[in-house]
Amino acid sequence: MSEEYSVEIVNPEKSFLSKNDVIEVVVPAFEGEIGILKDHISIISFLKPGIIKIFSKSGEESFYVNDGIIEFKDNNLSILTSLILNLKDIDKEKISEIKKSAEEELNKSDINDQEKYLLDQKLEVLKLIN
Amino acid sequence: MASLDDLKKRISSVKSTQKITKAMKMVAAAKLRRAQESAEKGRPYSDKMNNIILNLSNGISDIGNAPKLLSGTGEDKVHLCVVMTSDRGLCGGFNTNIIKKAKLYFQKILDEGKTLKIITVGTKGYDQLKRLYGDNIIERMSFKESKSINYFDADKVGKIVIEKFEKKEFDVCAIFYNQFKNVITQIPQEQQIIPLKTSEKDENSSEDNYEFEPEEDEILSNLLPKNISTQIFKAMLENSASEQGSRMSAMDNATRNAGEMVDKLTIEYNRSRQAAITKELIEIISGAESL
Repeated sequence: MSEEYSVEIVNPEKSFLSKNDVIEVVVPAFEGEIGILKDHISIISFLKPGIIKIFSKSGEESFYVNDGIIEFKDNNLSILTSLILNLKDIDKEKISEIKKSAEEELNKSDINDQEKYLLDQKLEVLKLIN
Repeated sequence: MASLDDLKKRISSVKSTQKITKAMKMVAAAKLRRAQESAEKGRPYSDKMNNIILNLSNGISDIGNAPKLLSGTGEDKVHLCVVMTSDRGLCGGFNTNIIKKAKLYFQKILDEGKTLKIITVGTKGYDQLKRLYGDNIIERMSFKESKSINYFDADKVGKIVIEKFEKKEFDVCAIFYNQFKNVITQIPQEQQIIPLKTSEKDENSSEDNYEFEPEEDEILSNLLPKNISTQIFKAMLENSASEQGSRMSAMDNATRNAGEMVDKLTIEYNRSRQAAITKELIEIISGAESL
């Protein structure tokens, strides 16, 4: 029996990536990382800033996401995100730009705990990448 | 009758206008292709988003506890209208059509004695609305500087709308834009985004049992604001494709009209030249006869 399923990543501008020989996808869900294999139960969850890892027949790929929502159903995984970057050809400048705006946001006084948590996460992940 | 010189000047001026409209048509055609492409590429995102929200809202059993963005405030007093138009003119009836649609809605709201608030996106909409509804316009935005439509601009608009909703400044929010059907046809649309209309319920999707992490209502309350930005973004994409399409056909018409005008003027020019020659000949002949 084949162990593969299909994944599609879309951002508002376009369909970013579509693959159908995926074995496992690890996504940074809000309450911790989730690894999704074939025949996982239907799930909807949203993402915190982090790294998506896609393991497929053709190799391993990693992407940075800012936020997003995932839906898994009938062995189709959809990832909706507003900002996604491939770690392979990442732009150092872009990263520091995101980092800077996150830091600025963090310094604002009127943010709530959840926002603060997300921003902290974001900075941590960005530090890891750099 | 206009003198030969005047006619010549008019012909050359119409010709140069024609050149401009022709160039604008070409530019619009090139931009249209790009805008259309990005409108099509943007569709999967908003479709998927809609799907997920539908699935989620079907899963919510207690409507009373549903997020306000989904169910509304329970009142229907203050309406916020986001009118999306272009920043540039010379695009035929594009802006006027949106404004016309919006004005109908405004009139209905005001006749029912409700309060009206307006946000205009794009300078042309503001220009057309400020005379009649100047007091109702609470915010005006324009993304003239952005080279292309991007999600972050849409997100800015979305954030303002949500902020105002959380401050309870309005109960119902609708957006106005032109939906792109084809180059000749653009349909002005009115779409209610708050509270969200879930009339298009899919029978099949209600049977799915999803696992949610975290809880449904928490996901929903995070997702709904995003959905508003997404809807606005979709509207912006449709709008920009419509704008280019509308401009293209308007400029096509203008070019054709200019061509007709040049033809007409040329005939008139030739006739009066003929007449002048004939007149001169007659003068010479009658002069020679009198000798």
